Amino acid sequence: MLLERFFSGDQRALSRVITLIENEYAGSMEIMASLHRRSGSAHIVGVTGPPGVGKSTLVDRLARRFRSAGKTVGVLAVDPSSPFSGGAVLGDRVRMQELALDPGVYIRSMATRGHLGGLARASASVIKAMDAFGFSVILVETVGAGQSEVDIMKFAHTTVVVLAPGLGDEIQAIKAGILEIGNIFAVNKADREGAEKTAADLEMMVEMGTKSSWKQPVIRTVARDNRGVAELAGAIEEHRRAFGELGLLEEFERKKALLELKQIVTDRVLGRLFSPERGNGLVERLVHQIADRSTDPYAAAEQLLK
Amino acid sequence: MDHKKPIKVLIAKPGLDGHDRGAKVVALGLRDQGMEVIYTGLRQTPEKIVQAAMQEDVQVVGLSCLSGAHKHLFSEVARLLKERGMDDVLIIAGGIIPEKDIPLLKEKGVSGVFGPGTSIKKIAQYIRENVKEQV
Repeated sequence: MLLERFFSGDQRALSRVITLIENEYAGSMEIMASLHRRSGSAHIVGVTGPPGVGKSTLVDRLARRFRSAGKTVGVLAVDPSSPFSGGAVLGDRVRMQELALDPGVYIRSMATRGHLGGLARASASVIKAMDAFGFSVILVETVGAGQSEVDIMKFAHTTVVVLAPGLGDEIQAIKAGILEIGNIFAVNKADREGAEKTAADLEMMVEMGTKSSWKQPVIRTVARDNRGVAELAGAIEEHRRAFGELGLLEEFERKKALLELKQIVTDRVLGRLFSPERGNGLVERLVHQIADRSTDPYAAAEQLLK
Repeated sequence: MDHKKPIKVLIAKPGLDGHDRGAKVVALGLRDQGMEVIYTGLRQTPEKIVQAAMQEDVQVVGLSCLSGAHKHLFSEVARLLKERGMDDVLIIAGGIIPEKDIPLLKEKGVSGVFGPGTSIKKIAQYIRENVKEQV
């Protein structure tokens, strides 16, 4: 019934499905199973970069741009949870006011709930739900990322890395991190001092580093004034086209499939192996033995896997 | 708190006054109480608030208003939530709300009204006791 409403285009059903997935409620696996076949047609675009460079505003402007081209847009905005309370303040909607009442846009905020890598544990499933719902473009805004928040590249066809001037020398600093996953670079706040230097540094890096046949464009944007947004949207579409033509799409889908399969199997096997009911508290006993040095973790693992 | 999922709250400021300090304090406070708070910013219309509540599938909507237009704005949010079948969403309110307006707001569907100086703990407790479990 919920799925019927979902496939008839009812956003409330989508909202509920996402909650079920995010909270891992009973029944969410069956739902995900039936969504899988209906997914696979959306263009998934990741938007990542350090905190404060203007990711949310840029996502807002991109979404409007895609809307005016007749596309429907899903937005997933991920923010970190507090490591102390487990709570979160999710404030990305503040910058997406204009989209609030457009029926062709759906915005959902998501807290990481302790997951590292720039996304939440259930983000991939939520992206898939939006995909199956039928949005033509899905914009995924990661948490403010530094060097290791690179999960987005596994789930997005196109990854946009957003930078801003005034970050000093951090192009150097983050060279080995998120810069490697960018298919497109956006230098936002390009009206500020130092923007040209940041863009030039990036261009230099692209020149020296490109091995693949896709040369990452560096695009100057001022999201607040909607400048450079059309070029950025154009580059995103161009990348999607090139991605297909280079035959990368099939590989991407297979990698994602393997990842997903591993995750599901890992969760289920671990759940079974570590079940507290197993062998009269076997896990508990082994844990104690490792701690008091009467056994070692490798021997204990052998026993657990038997 | 281990297996319990965080309660989701939307904090919104309907109306035209530009003071969101109180709303932000409440948002941060509820985060520290382990809740996931979606903050939507200033000058929200009831339509936008209800649309955000629907998309975010929140269990609680917290409204703050200092402009004096609370009677109309809060009632309108409650009416729209009901109209869209989201009448299981708990509505709470804060800001400058005269005592005499509270009965009317409650009648319209605002269940808790918290004036200036209310502790976050008290608000959080009220939410925990009155929120509908998500199934």
